Amino acid sequence: MASLVPCPHCGSRPKEEFTIKGAALARPAPDADPDSWFHYVYLRENPRGAYEEYWHHTAGCRRWLIVCRDTVTHQVNTSQDAAAAKGQAA
Amino acid sequence: MRYSVFSLLWNGLRGNRDWTPAWRQPEPKPHYDVVIVGGGGHGLATAYYLAKEFGIANVAVLEKNYIGSGNVGRNTTIIRSNYLLPANNPFYELSMKLWEGLEQDFNFNAMVSQRGVLNLYHSDAQRDAFTRRGNAMRLHGVDAELLDREAVRRMVPFLDFDNARFPIKGGLLQRRGGTVRHDAVAWGYARGADSRGIDIIQGCEVTGIRRENGRVTGVETSRGFIGCGKLALAAAGNSSEVARMADLKLPLESHVLQAFVSEGLKPFIDGVVTFGAGHFYVSQSDKGGLVFGGDIDGYNSYAQRGNLATVEHVAEAGKAMIPALSRVRVLRAWGGIMDMSMDGSPIIDRTHIDNLYLNAGWCYGGFKATPASGFCFAHLLARGTPHEKAAAFRLDRFRRGHLLDEKGQGAQPNLH
Repeated sequence: MASLVPCPHCGSRPKEEFTIKGAALARPAPDADPDSWFHYVYLRENPRGAYEEYWHHTAGCRRWLIVCRDTVTHQVNTSQDAAAAKGQAA
Repeated sequence: MRYSVFSLLWNGLRGNRDWTPAWRQPEPKPHYDVVIVGGGGHGLATAYYLAKEFGIANVAVLEKNYIGSGNVGRNTTIIRSNYLLPANNPFYELSMKLWEGLEQDFNFNAMVSQRGVLNLYHSDAQRDAFTRRGNAMRLHGVDAELLDREAVRRMVPFLDFDNARFPIKGGLLQRRGGTVRHDAVAWGYARGADSRGIDIIQGCEVTGIRRENGRVTGVETSRGFIGCGKLALAAAGNSSEVARMADLKLPLESHVLQAFVSEGLKPFIDGVVTFGAGHFYVSQSDKGGLVFGGDIDGYNSYAQRGNLATVEHVAEAGKAMIPALSRVRVLRAWGGIMDMSMDGSPIIDRTHIDNLYLNAGWCYGGFKATPASGFCFAHLLARGTPHEKAAAFRLDRFRRGHLLDEKGQGAQPNLH
């Protein structure tokens, strides 16, 4: 993985500042059916290639980010603020 | 050809001209009773036990690279059965028993060495957890000994017992644990399967899974279509990609785990020692190199190589445990792709698609499980019912909530 990761708030930062949570999945509504929750909690696309993940900029702005990364080359392509991305989608 | 001290002497005296290849390089046939995807340890062991124990020899093992090019040759060669959960422990103990008789069984020197696996503990709470695990092991008939600090000191006097942050207070020892030469496991199973008529087809990548009326009928490969009765997936880190060909979404993430070998040293570490606090484990190979590793890097990867941050972490943890390592030079490092399941335990089960069977989710513990995994998967394929020791490794346990979460970390694979 590149040593520097782009943060939408802080610019290029060392990757050790970040904590990787995992797949950036849309959380089902609290009253969604059990099947939706099962898919959300346990099933993963796990692709070979481009992958969107939640990253936390723990040692920086402490914002949650959505980082798009390639699982074969480890190259980080884009990053955006998770809350801002959610606002755009709504 | 059966290997023995006499065949070794005879061929040695004749200039080693008459050795024959240990397995054939067959062309794929149009149809097999069972096609196994993945020529790693688990796939080859499955083939071997299918032929030897269950009398099913019309079987092909398809490997996209060469056999043993994946995780079976990319691990730290440790075997142990020191598990806590009642669904896990008997399975890994079956594996240990198979390891103990493996070389005589498949007539190949796999250098099975029961040199002991010692897990260190560093706090009262960790001692209590290890006591519980040791008792669980003994209840299942597995050997376990809780050592106090002085007993550990007699075994491995060079540890940093008075480390300010993680003082060593004792350890849980499984004397029957140890190491095995991992390449030889792949070769031994391959040779044993091949000699019983199973086709091991290397350089044959599966590109599609053909289904008719909802049941699997064969696989498209880089060497043409191969029909099958049953299709058995043992594709480790690539399981999600292969299952996707049948529109199957799995409870798996692929993560990279790194391992390292140092320069050769004089005999130093007898057994396997694991640091209970800092994700580090080490043993010494018969060539003298220290074989060591740590935790997974913590992010999805198919790259078979890791990052420097984890290398640093492993080196720091190693030095915290054994200060004498500080000037040891690392010779080689490699990464393998782990099929991390959502509860840290494996899956050996049929799928909801007829004729499609799955062996996956071995996380970073697949090597020690190789014999039992092959045996139980072969049992499932041949008999249609799970082997009693692997009965809990069901694919639908996530939906049912019957998780086997050995570490209690929840559905977060990068923490398992």
